[in-house]
Amino acid sequence: MHEMGIVLHIAKTLNETAEEEKITKIGSVTLQVGEVSGIITDLFVDCWNYFKVRNEILKDSELKLETLPAVTFCGDCEKTYPTVKYGRECPYCGSYETWLLTGNECIIKEIEAETL
Amino acid sequence: MEKRYDIVEIKENVLADNDRVAGKIREELRRSNTCFINLMASPGAGKTSLLIKTIEALKDKYSIGVMEADADGDVDAKTISALGVRTLQIHTGGLCHMDADMTFRGLKELGFEDLDLIFLENVGNLVCPAEFDVGAALQVMILSVPEGDDKPLKYPLMFKVSDCMIVNKIDAEAVFDFDYEACVERARALNPEIRPFRLSALKGENVDEWIRYLDGFIREWRK
Ligand SMILES: Nc1nc2c(ncn2[C@@H]2O[C@H](COP(=O)(O)OP(=O)(O)OP(=O)(O)O)[C@@H](O)[C@H]2O)c(=O)[nH]1
Ligand SMILES: [Mg+2]
Ligand SMILES: [Zn+2]
Repeated sequence: MHEMGIVLHIAKTLNETAEEEKITKIGSVTLQVGEVSGIITDLFVDCWNYFKVRNEILKDSELKLETLPAVTFCGDCEKTYPTVKYGRECPYCGSYETWLLTGNECIIKEIEAETL
Repeated sequence: MEKRYDIVEIKENVLADNDRVAGKIREELRRSNTCFINLMASPGAGKTSLLIKTIEALKDKYSIGVMEADADGDVDAKTISALGVRTLQIHTGGLCHMDADMTFRGLKELGFEDLDLIFLENVGNLVCPAEFDVGAALQVMILSVPEGDDKPLKYPLMFKVSDCMIVNKIDAEAVFDFDYEACVERARALNPEIRPFRLSALKGENVDEWIRYLDGFIREWRK
């Protein structure tokens, strides 16, 4: 799986932010993970823990995960519904002309940081 | 000692970032008129074998570059560069796919402005490469006969994101009881637009059909 790749990407972004903002230590990282982002959170946390102890700025940080619900929009009846429960078929009119509005993202929301 | 922390808002969409970089790759390659092809498959499905045949057929017509992405080693890069095309070995450091950022860095290191055609031999894996857009103009996946005709059922995303499905090692079809028609039907159920090929990269059977298609695609894309 590609959880490690995502961890590396986040770490890179945070290290760049740290440099720009003169951050010396990160206390916590809050991530918002969409329900259908494809990220397996257990695996993600394992990768994160493996990586963070090897990274000076992140090593004492706490990882906070928030789930973003997945919502699908129906192009035929123009209603929205929860993706995970109903999938591609609109529960109101049975249409398959539906698309995901939110829920496939992985967002670095904020960090708690110690500066000089 | 009590530590005090400030909150720093970041609000960066990690997955969207990949798409943004992939978009940038497309822009740059459009500008240099370089057609970029992403080749994906399980380990040993025949990516390098098909690349060799493809390069041999097209290298007098196009200036070609190849990026070989592997967890480690450089055997494929050595084989490919022996054909006289510009080759770059990328080590993913154990990662199971190429993302757009690594691809962009690879393209810059390879040098793409003067090339007509670039292939990426992605990491051998049917799962993760499918999830990461690398900015290619054409997505090609290879399924080899020994893997079985049920693979579209097990790795649907790979078949959804691919423009071409190349069934390779058809010289071994009888041994493995591979049902080509059933396989194509399963792939089309996921992706009606997918273009199937049935060939043997080793024996050369039907490779010309693939070359003709690819050549046509490249010509169309570059004009
Ligand atoms: N019988 C048969 N063998 C093939 C065919 N194509 C490739 N092979 C063999 O399959 C093995 C793997 O082929 P490669 O081309 O190295 O496969 P690959 O996908 O590049 O493998 P990795 O880069 O290691 O993931 C080699 O021993 C090839 O000779 C084919 O059409 N028929
Ligand atoms: Mg290979
Ligand atoms: Zn509806």
